[in-house]
Amino acid sequence: MSRFSWFNAVSLTLGFAFLYIPMIILVIFSFNESKLVTVWAGFSTKWYGELLANEAFLDAAWVTLRVAVFSSTLATILGTAAAYVLIRSGRFFGRTLFSGMIYAPLVMPEVITGLSLLLLFIGIGLERGVLTIVLAHTTFSMCYVSVVVSSRLATFDKSLEEAALDLGCSSAQAFRLVTLPIIAPAVISGWLLAFTLSLDDLVIASFATGPSATTLPIKIFSAVRLGVSPEINALSTIMISIVTVGVITASLVSKRKMVREREEELMAVRS
Amino acid sequence: MNSTVFAPWEDPEQKPLIRFQNVTKKFGSFTAIDNLSLDIYEREFFALLGPSGCGKTTMMRMLAGFENPTSGQIELSGRNIVPVPPNKRAVNMMFQSYALFPHLTIWENIAFGLKREGKDKETIATRVHEMLRLTRLERFAKRKPHQISGGQRQRVALARSLAKAPTLLLLDEPLGALDAKLRQDTQFELMDIQEKTGTTFVIVTHDQEEAMTVASRVAVMDEGKLMQVATPDRIYETPNSVYVADFIGDVNIIEGRARFLEEGQYEIDWAEGQQALHAATSAKFDNGQTCYMAIRPEKITITADKPEAADNCVQGKIHDIAYLGNLSTYHVELPNGTIIKAQTANTRRIARRSFTWEDQVWLSWTATAGVMLAR
Repeated sequence: MSRFSWFNAVSLTLGFAFLYIPMIILVIFSFNESKLVTVWAGFSTKWYGELLANEAFLDAAWVTLRVAVFSSTLATILGTAAAYVLIRSGRFFGRTLFSGMIYAPLVMPEVITGLSLLLLFIGIGLERGVLTIVLAHTTFSMCYVSVVVSSRLATFDKSLEEAALDLGCSSAQAFRLVTLPIIAPAVISGWLLAFTLSLDDLVIASFATGPSATTLPIKIFSAVRLGVSPEINALSTIMISIVTVGVITASLVSKRKMVREREEELMAVRS
Repeated sequence: MNSTVFAPWEDPEQKPLIRFQNVTKKFGSFTAIDNLSLDIYEREFFALLGPSGCGKTTMMRMLAGFENPTSGQIELSGRNIVPVPPNKRAVNMMFQSYALFPHLTIWENIAFGLKREGKDKETIATRVHEMLRLTRLERFAKRKPHQISGGQRQRVALARSLAKAPTLLLLDEPLGALDAKLRQDTQFELMDIQEKTGTTFVIVTHDQEEAMTVASRVAVMDEGKLMQVATPDRIYETPNSVYVADFIGDVNIIEGRARFLEEGQYEIDWAEGQQALHAATSAKFDNGQTCYMAIRPEKITITADKPEAADNCVQGKIHDIAYLGNLSTYHVELPNGTIIKAQTANTRRIARRSFTWEDQVWLSWTATAGVMLAR
């Protein structure tokens, strides 16, 4: 299976080169001394310093973070509720239609989602700013949460909830004390997914935002139109490292937990 | 044990703990329970037995409150419990999958129901400890469900459902996930715990041996109906139908036509050229009515020579022998092709066994050994 072959080695190298060379170049040039993005003039961290002094970027970062936290939390609550109803309430009239309608935004072109939201906000006279971006992001990311959570709920042993009811819980208590703690990992990954989706969304945010709120992707996009600056490289590098650290930590933690549980199960069988 | 036999179902003065009154349950067009009435008494260990899909699990889920009957009434201690939600019933259930909460320790699992009742900390701790001791789980209190073995999980599930001291405990195939040896031990443990706590147990099972071992009474079900409700020995010795006779244990069924002989005595014409069978029964049959003779293999004697005085006696040759260790079952083929099973206890070592394949043998049984059935 794991025998070395030239064909495999070459495909692997090409594949990963395709994926990562652009990012590696970006990271390298973020440490460039020169202001010209394409000419290497020695190592420096000065662009990181300038970035930290750039009020506009920091403001945009703060807006993005707030939007991401609020919208992903809201999306997680709504998405989990939707997943729970669809999986738990069994067959009711229109169930297929409802589940289809929850997942439709997954394949809807972002431009359409963005435009329809813009029309809605104008129609109801809501002033565009942080609030409208939060609402827009909640709209499109709650279906992702709902997909993640419902796939976990589908394999959830229903008798656990029945046991909770049997032991004296109301339905709400059963959900809070039994269902939620058990599906928590799925809910958390749904939140993380919504969070990252909100962090890097450009299209929908541009439709939903107004002059008072600029998110980081919008800021970067508009800055790049005036020419790529090393500052943006530095900013992107920071974002890449945050994501990398996050992903690696999460997978290490879950892997270690899995290994430990398997060992404990083996021990239980032997004893 | 009391000197009087425990049989509240024979005492007309006794009030039943549970009373199903003309209960029907439909799922869409499918009728799971069909106009069924049944009384279960306090301190009984009652078994619902039947093949999968016979409605036994539906009965249990209606008692727990997870399903509501389409029509009819279910009473618990004289009160109609149909409108009562599961969390307000003095009924607890042990689930087939055990349904232990994976995120809680064994201690917390057992304390779960008590905490919902709002008991104070000390009461809860005392009760949980009592349950842990009853099920011999003290050492595992701090573990999580995935850190203990299957047999221990089964005991946790039992302890958790008993912790609230329910009026009625429901057990859904409680031993289904255990291997044969452990299952036997656990059956006796269950009976022991039932006796100690004095709780009424209703168990659902498809394993007839399990039902016979643990239960004070067994209800055999088929297609949403009760076929027979009686003590294990009566179910086995005097089944009321071919279905029950065939479902419980091994049985020979011989179809024939009844012929009245004298009060309580009938002859059964069952095959051309064969002597009619002789049977005693208290039931009434018309002359020429189709009837069935159900006779257990262990009630048939197998001999080399024709027995002198036997009510029923047929000759055949040994077609097959099933050696089970303690018992041997002989499949004897009669001249007309009918196979009759006869069982003997292997009281001697195998080398001394008297019969082998193709031997001509005589099978005999008394008039009262079999049961004459109309259906």
